[in-house]
Amino acid sequence: MLRTLLSIALALVVIGFVLTVAAAMVIFLGQTWTDALFWCFASLMIVSGLLVVTMRDIIRCGLAMIVCFGALAGIYIVMGATLIGAAQVIVYIGAISVLILFAIMLTQTKAAPNRLVFQTQAGPAAIAAVVIAVLIGLAVSATTWPGERAERVPYTANQISDQLFSTFVLPFEIVSVLLLAAVIGAVFLAKREPGGPA
Amino acid sequence: MSNSLDSYLVLSGILFAIGTFGFLARRNAISMLMAIELMLNAVNLAIVAFGAFIPALGSQGAVIALMVMAVAAGEATVGLAIVIAIYRNRKTPLVDEYDAMKR
Repeated sequence: MLRTLLSIALALVVIGFVLTVAAAMVIFLGQTWTDALFWCFASLMIVSGLLVVTMRDIIRCGLAMIVCFGALAGIYIVMGATLIGAAQVIVYIGAISVLILFAIMLTQTKAAPNRLVFQTQAGPAAIAAVVIAVLIGLAVSATTWPGERAERVPYTANQISDQLFSTFVLPFEIVSVLLLAAVIGAVFLAKREPGGPA
Repeated sequence: MSNSLDSYLVLSGILFAIGTFGFLARRNAISMLMAIELMLNAVNLAIVAFGAFIPALGSQGAVIALMVMAVAAGEATVGLAIVIAIYRNRKTPLVDEYDAMKR
């Protein structure tokens, strides 16, 4: 009970923090609300993403991943893709994060958090990641995309569903078969063999 | 700032780089899967941004993003099942202790 109240209070504090920073940016820096919310969600997403890959306790990594996905859903909604934001919350926060937390709790050993978190190649990996980020940034800023508009092009859920069931109907059906195959395969892989190792 | 394609693409690149670092550097197999999820999310952000800013794409970007989400769900399911199956045999989630073929 106390924990539930604490987590609700923590969520309210995070939401309040984001909104306060956004309001401060609107008032003091003269930016629009979408700009301010974009900055808040982007910084929240990058900070929690860094926490996901650097924190020692893997349960906390999973929880930081939920925050990262939530911030990304906020960015989708700022961008105007509200349906994608809703799908992000349902699929990632609702399903994949819970699945990953279950797997963490099934494979947790007591000694694991105390041991080394990173491989020996962590230093070169960090250099490679920074190089990738810089290269993508340079490529993006050097390119003018064909047909790019300065403004967002709004689209509705109606248009998405029209596309999904006309142009993309074959990939849609293939994805449904793929999900069925994934579920059956996962059950088969994780099933305990009778008489096998416990 | 929130009305330019470049800022979303740079953000997606940064998230992808964070995921790359996590995948290359972490020892825990589930941490590596979480890093893969971060990379998939980064790519999804880029696809949705292209769909929102390039009129020729329109709502097709959103449809492709939904497909990517479904495939990512399937990938997470199978990947976690494989990790649990290995854990049952080797009693460790750390990938550098899976050295049966090196000995």
